[in-house]
Amino acid sequence: MKAIITVIGKDSIGILAKVSDACASADVNIVEVTQSVLQDMFAMVMLVEIDKSNIGFDQLRESLNAVGESTNTKIHIMHEDIFNSMHKI
Amino acid sequence: MLETKDILETINMIDNEHLDVRTITMGISLLDCIDDDIDKACTKVYDKICRSAKDLVKTGEDIQKEYGIPIIHKRISVTPIGMVAAPCQSKNVVKFAYALDKAAKQLGVNFIGGYSALVQKGFASGDYALIESIPQALSETEFVCSSVNIGSTKAGINMDAVKMMGKIVKQTAEITADRDCIGAAKLVVFCNAPEDNPFMAGAFHGVGEADTVINVGVSGPGVVRAALAKGGAGKDITEIADMVKKTAFKITRMGQLVAKEASKRLCVPFGIVDLSLAPTPAVGDSVAYILEEMGLEVCGCHGTTAALALLNDAVKKGGVMASSHVGGLSGAFIPVSEDAGMIHAAENGYLDITKLESMTAVCSVGLDMIVVPGDITPEVISAIIADEAAIGMVNTKTTAVRLIPAIGKMSGEVLNFGGLLGKGPVMPIRKGSPEVFINRGGRIPAPLQALKN
Repeated sequence: MKAIITVIGKDSIGILAKVSDACASADVNIVEVTQSVLQDMFAMVMLVEIDKSNIGFDQLRESLNAVGESTNTKIHIMHEDIFNSMHKI
Repeated sequence: MLETKDILETINMIDNEHLDVRTITMGISLLDCIDDDIDKACTKVYDKICRSAKDLVKTGEDIQKEYGIPIIHKRISVTPIGMVAAPCQSKNVVKFAYALDKAAKQLGVNFIGGYSALVQKGFASGDYALIESIPQALSETEFVCSSVNIGSTKAGINMDAVKMMGKIVKQTAEITADRDCIGAAKLVVFCNAPEDNPFMAGAFHGVGEADTVINVGVSGPGVVRAALAKGGAGKDITEIADMVKKTAFKITRMGQLVAKEASKRLCVPFGIVDLSLAPTPAVGDSVAYILEEMGLEVCGCHGTTAALALLNDAVKKGGVMASSHVGGLSGAFIPVSEDAGMIHAAENGYLDITKLESMTAVCSVGLDMIVVPGDITPEVISAIIADEAAIGMVNTKTTAVRLIPAIGKMSGEVLNFGGLLGKGPVMPIRKGSPEVFINRGGRIPAPLQALKN
């Protein structure tokens, strides 16, 4: 299953590294990353493959939330299908 | 890859604009629980509900976690108990309400609907006793919801049932007067009741439905309002309608996804998605605010009916392509006490019961969650029900009445239910007595619209 991780917040050093680190330690493969910084606001979207993850979805969310707290950003992880169904016919 | 702006739009809808799936409702047929021994029947009812819906709440929670979409309610609707109780010949029908309540508590759902009777053309065995027991049932249970269908375009309006329901609504409010008359908030009187409605308090599982079925009600007034606020300035009405349609499409696609996923995981057939804009008292999650965003100074002013008609139609047009099966009530809800904008309009005298009545001619339900003075007579309640049923009957649409007589309170005072039921100011009603008209009884003949064959 693929999921989408979004990171939104004020830009600071090391956000991408910390999120990637959390993914790597959970055996979550990052398929694609896009990011943009508009003024001071940082927005990053990651497509990840979570089938081989060594932790459950809930734990993965918790570990990403912890990264969000430490980097002062808001991080969501959601099933890819929710976006596909809303934005593609 | 998806576009970043689309992804961020969805996240923003959930985080800031109250996008959610309002309810996953499992419909359960109780026809195979019928027994002439009421205690045996109640045991079968309890067992079947607990067996069929044992994974409902957990599945809803799992989908919520995985997909990141809030799913507010997990609920159950059952075959109208009037039918299930028919062979029991017992005056003690309320035992069924206890069985439903116990099952709801056991499963962790927050409402169970179907303590109902369908009497649009007349009373069958079991219906009369069930209706008589409604005040006691709603007073002595926590989760049970009740509805009575008193009219339809095909059958006309059963005025004997209308007369009876005036008394029942009043009694239900009286018997729960110490709890802000909460019983009446769980009782809906319908004309043209849909058999696959996932929303409470009027949900029941129709007899033409499968043994079990999953119906999903979407929501999202906040999302529609935000879309108009962001892009609506200077646009003409056609463009506004298009914006509502596009937003409704997105909201409904999400509902469809959740419905199909829930159906797959529970191994229960997918029934319908109900395309409704269901407000909550949370600021920003209001149908009234959408109308105001269209350019009305306040909901209730002249122009409100036209704006609501546009909204209701655009929601359906946007939603219908997004779902493989659409049903239930599908449209905009206008429950006064549950909508921050309506509460504000009613408290400040912009919105009264007559304006609400005309609004119900163009939206999906009816006079919903309206608090009326405690000294209202049963005949006046019956007459309000008859008026509303007539609108539904003639326009071949569902209408409903959920009035809460505020026992001991007069217009100007407020009844506060708390939570999603919100609070409502007591609304004045029209003067003059319909007593003789209501006491005639009989049946309003079905209109010409019924003769389509």
